Amino acid sequence: MSSLIYSGNPPQKEISQIFIETLEGLIEKDEDVVYVDADLMASMKSKELWDRYPNNVINTGIQEANMIGIAAGMYLTGKKVYVHSFAPFASRRCYDQIYVSIGYAKKGIRIIGSEPGICASDNGGTHMTFEDIAIMRVIPGSVVIDVSDGRMFEQMLKLTKNMEGVIYFRTPRRGLPDIYDETEQFQIGKGKLVREGNACTIVASGIMVSTAIEASKILGARGIEVEIIDPVTVKPLDSELILKSAMKTKRIITVENHSVIGGLGSSISEFMCEEYPIMVKKIGIQDTYGQVGNEVFLREQYKLRTEDIIDAVLKFAGE
Amino acid sequence: MKETRLFANEIRVNIIRAMNSKGGGHIGGSLSISDLVAVLYNGQLKFDAKNPKWSERDYLVCSKGHCAPALYSALALKGFFPKEWLLSLNKPGTNLPGHSDRNKVPGIDATTGSLGQGLSIACGIAHSLKMSDKKQYVYCITGDGENDEGQIWEAAMYAAHYELDHLIMFLDWNKKQIDGTNDCVMRLFDLLGKYREFGWYVQTIRGNCVEEINSAINNVKSGKGQGKPAFVLLDTVKGAGVPSIERLENNHCIGVPDMLAETCLKELEEIRQRILNGENE
Repeated sequence: MSSLIYSGNPPQKEISQIFIETLEGLIEKDEDVVYVDADLMASMKSKELWDRYPNNVINTGIQEANMIGIAAGMYLTGKKVYVHSFAPFASRRCYDQIYVSIGYAKKGIRIIGSEPGICASDNGGTHMTFEDIAIMRVIPGSVVIDVSDGRMFEQMLKLTKNMEGVIYFRTPRRGLPDIYDETEQFQIGKGKLVREGNACTIVASGIMVSTAIEASKILGARGIEVEIIDPVTVKPLDSELILKSAMKTKRIITVENHSVIGGLGSSISEFMCEEYPIMVKKIGIQDTYGQVGNEVFLREQYKLRTEDIIDAVLKFAGE
Repeated sequence: MKETRLFANEIRVNIIRAMNSKGGGHIGGSLSISDLVAVLYNGQLKFDAKNPKWSERDYLVCSKGHCAPALYSALALKGFFPKEWLLSLNKPGTNLPGHSDRNKVPGIDATTGSLGQGLSIACGIAHSLKMSDKKQYVYCITGDGENDEGQIWEAAMYAAHYELDHLIMFLDWNKKQIDGTNDCVMRLFDLLGKYREFGWYVQTIRGNCVEEINSAINNVKSGKGQGKPAFVLLDTVKGAGVPSIERLENNHCIGVPDMLAETCLKELEEIRQRILNGENE
């Protein structure tokens, strides 16, 4: 089991800070590392990198399709490219470019889609991705990382530097409460057993991992011990870890800041129905669009609150 | 340039043979860029057929990926791969898919086919080389219909903004796309003026004239348009160089049965003889 330091308190560093510090470290060590953004550096607080590393940091202006093409061309001359935009613009806006110019053409790229799902908050429905996991997951050989923790983000940015294929990160820019302690090591395709229990298995990703931990504390106080798994990479899925837990608890609840169609819940359902067919209950966005609101409001709207997980566990585990 | 004209003719012969072997293909646009491809592979482009990934090479992105057969023919003739491969064009399990494929074809730099994406890739290559202080040229071939795509214009802004003056873009203005003429489907208006206003060094030439193509490239290499990406508008004929194909109203993607192929090859042989005799200068 992972060693946790979760307190629920705000972390020392915001994700955007971790992003620029990590990228700077990568650029300092490897001159072929390039970061391309499409006029959202100010949002990611990365403009200082642009000033300091003009040979490694490029702004394409508001041109997401071109941004992917630029990365595709740079790859051909040996560059290791990281691109960033808001999640909708880094995924659905330039999907064919990602699919063909990177994926089908067998190149490598790291795409950071920030403010996924309800994290788009005041930017509303136009900016709210409930489908990015779905569309990125279906690209052959892709890696999809739903970031739940700053340490995870930092390690995965470094770990994927030389990797081929489409690697998609979805992450808020704000700070994520620290979950894992400093000894934790992350790998592609290796999930984390966050909590042990017998009542049911909760597989939660991204911002919903800490919500699941909060729910587990309340349930634990009532004598209901749930198991929590953070898949880290929604694709490739740590099937071994999930299967082992499912065989123990016989019940799975998935929790995601994404549509229940095509996302984490779908991914686990697809796997379980072939390997060990048990009931999988999916908490997530129910086939609808986003809207304006702060995170508290949106969690209430889409039933992504601690109490929604508790209700699901009580209903499901009690059956 | 007699040799280059003969080379262009030979490229066309191989396009016809390859498409005949498959039963058809994107013949019109492949033929209209054959003179450009001949000029590139007969002196302008720096390459090593025995080492296609040579890091000091010039790069060529055929953004209109469906015209890959013109490149494949040139690559086979230059020894990148056996000529017999051409007869497997676009057949199941082939090394030569109908659209440019960098992973299957030695000498192809970019996988293209979803129109509008190649110019961005070419910009990425050119920018990366510039950042590394390298002086190779990056060539990009786009179609006229392809310039309907919005991404082309994103890349056009980008290339000028970053002063990618080792990028040379060609636009094969053969006036036709799948559903009809450019004027009928989507008017392109003043292409030269548009690229000029976007900040490019622009030239317009007879795009099936090897001398003019060669000069246009030499203009760029001699420093004209320094600090600007180069745009060359190729005024071409769709199906150029093969009268029986030129004459067809719809010649974008057609069947090439034995009888048509025979006629085309006969025409190409007649043209070859005229080139050898010093005609068509």
